[in-house]
Amino acid sequence: MTHGGGAARGRVVLGVGNVIMGDEGLGVRCIELLEAAHTLPPDVIVIDGGTSTHELLADLEDLDLLVIVDAVANGAPPGTQVRLVGDEIPAVFSNTLSPHQHGIHDLLATLRLLGREPGRVVALGVVPVRMELGLDLSPEVAAALPVLAARVVAELAGAPPVGHAGAA
Amino acid sequence: MGKRIVIDPITRIEGHLRIDCEVDGGKVKDAWASGTMFRGVEQILLGRDPRDAWTITQRFCGVCTTVHAIASVRAVENALQMAVPKNAQFIRNVIIAAHAIHDEIVHFYQLSALDWVDVVSALKADPKATAALAESLSDWPMNGVKVHTATKERLAKFVESGQLGIFANGYWGHPAMKLPPEVNLLAVTHYLQALEVQRKANKIVSILGSKTPHIQNLAVGGVSNPIAVDSQSVLTIERLLAVKESIDSLKQFVNEVYAVDVAAVASFYPEWTKIGKGVTNYLAAPDFPLDERGTKFMTSGGYIANGDIAGMKPITAFGDTFFREHVAESVKHAWYQGGKGALHPYKGETVAEFTDFQEQGKYSFVKAPTFDGKPAQVGPLARVLMAVATKDDAILAHLTKLLGRVESIAKIKLPLEALHSTLGRHAARAVMCCRNVEILEAQYKLLLDNIASGDATTFEKPTFPAGEISGFGFHEAPRGLLSHWVVIEKGVIKNYQAVVPTTWNAAPRNESDVRGPYEESLIDTPLADPERPLEVLRTIHSFDPCLACAVHLIDPSRRDIVQVRAL
Repeated sequence: MTHGGGAARGRVVLGVGNVIMGDEGLGVRCIELLEAAHTLPPDVIVIDGGTSTHELLADLEDLDLLVIVDAVANGAPPGTQVRLVGDEIPAVFSNTLSPHQHGIHDLLATLRLLGREPGRVVALGVVPVRMELGLDLSPEVAAALPVLAARVVAELAGAPPVGHAGAA
Repeated sequence: MGKRIVIDPITRIEGHLRIDCEVDGGKVKDAWASGTMFRGVEQILLGRDPRDAWTITQRFCGVCTTVHAIASVRAVENALQMAVPKNAQFIRNVIIAAHAIHDEIVHFYQLSALDWVDVVSALKADPKATAALAESLSDWPMNGVKVHTATKERLAKFVESGQLGIFANGYWGHPAMKLPPEVNLLAVTHYLQALEVQRKANKIVSILGSKTPHIQNLAVGGVSNPIAVDSQSVLTIERLLAVKESIDSLKQFVNEVYAVDVAAVASFYPEWTKIGKGVTNYLAAPDFPLDERGTKFMTSGGYIANGDIAGMKPITAFGDTFFREHVAESVKHAWYQGGKGALHPYKGETVAEFTDFQEQGKYSFVKAPTFDGKPAQVGPLARVLMAVATKDDAILAHLTKLLGRVESIAKIKLPLEALHSTLGRHAARAVMCCRNVEILEAQYKLLLDNIASGDATTFEKPTFPAGEISGFGFHEAPRGLLSHWVVIEKGVIKNYQAVVPTTWNAAPRNESDVRGPYEESLIDTPLADPERPLEVLRTIHSFDPCLACAVHLIDPSRRDIVQVRAL
C-alpha cells in the first residue's frame, strides 16, 4: 500500500476516524464498504487511516486527488450527507482534536510545506448521531453509509455530487 | 471564497490533557495534570473473543497503533501460557523496532523540536554559515549550502503565504528561545529531512505488518505472515531485502542527524539539564524477546526507586511475578467510582464518576498507576537507566557519545545526574533510537537466518480452557512501559485493563496524595512569560504525551486565569 512517493501521481480515498467511537469511525467503515462492495478505478488507492497522521504522509504525497471520508459535525441534522471542497476543508479539520493536535489539517499543511500537496482535496462525510464508545454505527449513519460510498464512487468518476445538502 | 461554517470538534479518542500550574515569583509552585476525556475504552472488549482483542486495541490510539496490538496478543498468550514461534517473535520485533524509530524521529522533529527551535529566526540565518556549522558537527551529506538555501526559500514562501499551518501560534521570539539563527535553520532543514526519512521506518512496518497504520499480521499464537521463498503473496526474500535498504537509510539519519541535533540543541540550553527532574522512580519492561517464551531479551527491564540505579530490581521474563504483584491503580483523584483503595489491574474497575475539577479531590480521567505504592516514570529515560544498571554496553556507547558531544560543544561537564531532567528525556530518546536501529538490524538478521535454517513456522493455534484464566502482556513502547491485563472465562473476555505509558506519566495524585510524574516535573520550573508558558510545554512534551495538550495557568496573586492553547 505504501508507494515510493516522488513523481508518482494518483488518487487516494482516505477514510479517517475512530471505529471504537461509534459514528466517529464512519469514514473507516465507508472504506471497508468500498473495498467489499465496489470496484474502483485501478489508479485509486483506498486507505483506512484511522486516527493516524504522519504514518500517512508517504501515501498522500503528490496526488492528483485526495478524497477524505469522515464524520463531519457541521450543525446540519444527523445523517445529512456533506461535501466540502477547497477553503471549507481546513476550517473543518483544524478543529480536529487529534493526537498532539496534529490532525488532517496539519497533514495537509505538512504536504504543502514539502511542496507535495494534492492537486485537489474533497471531503465527503455524513453528520454523526452518536460519537461514544462502541463499535457499531447509529442506525441513521448505517443507513447513510451506502449512499456515502456511492458518492465516493461518483466523485472518482467525475460525476456531479449526489445527495449533497451543502454546508450549514 | 469558501463559506464560513461552524462545526463541533471531531472528537478523537486521545482526548485532552490539561495542565494547571500555580505560579508564584516566576516559578511553578504546584501543578495538576488532568485528562479531560473519559478513557474507559477497555469496556468495549468485555464479552469478546480474546483472539480479536488486538484488532480493537490498536484503535485505542492514533499514535500508538501497533503497540496496543503487540501488548494485547502477549497478554492473551500469557494467560494461555503459550510459546510463540521464533519467526513470529522476530517479525514482531522488527515491527516494534521500526515503529519505535518512526515514533522517536517524529517526536523530536515534528512534535517537540519547535519548543526549542525558533522557525522565524531561521529566516535570518546565513545558509553558508549554517552549512559550515553543520559540517563541523556531522558527516551527513545533505548539509550543504544549497540544501540550507532551499530550506530558507521554502520557509520564506510558506511564511509569506500566511497559512502557517503546523508553524502557526508558535512561541516565536519568546525570551526562552536561545538558538542562533544558523542552528534554527539547520534544525528546520532536518525537520524537512525527517519527514522524508520517517517513511522508511513506516515502510518496514508496512512490509512486515501487511498494512500501515494498522498492522494486519498479528495473531494470538504468532503472526499470520506465511513465509515462502518463491511466492508473491507472502513474505518473500525479495520483500525482506527492501527492508535492509530502509534500515541503512535510517541508521545514517539517526546517527548523523538526530543524535547530533539533540546534542547541538542541548548545548545551547544547559540549564535544562537541571529542570524537569520530577519523579525518580523509573520502570521499564524488557523487550525484543529472543526465544519462544520470552525469557531472553535485547533490552533490559526493571524498577529503580529514588534514582538508586545500583539498587535496580530486574524484571526478567514475560509473566514476571515481581512486576505482576507490584502494579496497582488508584482512582482517589480520578473521575471513577472508588473507595476500595488502589486496585490490581485484574480487579480494575472503570466506572465514571465526574465531580468537576477539584484540586484536593478528583480532577482527571487518568487513573494513577503505582509500582510498589509509588508513582513511576516510564519512557526512554527509564530504559537508558536500566541499561546503566545492567551495564548494557551497546546503549552506554551511544549515551557516552551523545553526552560527550554536548560537553565538547557547550564546554561543560555533564554528570549522569543531568539525565534526570527535561533534556535528559530527549537525550535518552535519541540514544534509544540509535540503539533501536541496531536492534532492528539484528532482529532482521535473526529472522533471515532462522528462515534460512529451514524454520517456516509462524503460528501456534491457541486453545482456550473452559475455566477462568488471566494473563498480562507488557511491551516497552516508545513512550514507555505498556501493559495489558486480561481475564478470560469460557473463551471470552471477562475483564480487560490497559495501563498505558501516558497513564503512568500523566497520573494525577495517587492514593497517598503524591503527585504524578508530569506534575512533579513541573515544580520550580521558571517561566519567563506566564502568558506564554513555553517552559511548561518543554517539560511536558519531553515525555511525549499521547494526549492533545491544553495548558491552564493560575496566578495566585492576581487570581487571573490564563488559558493557553498548547502547540
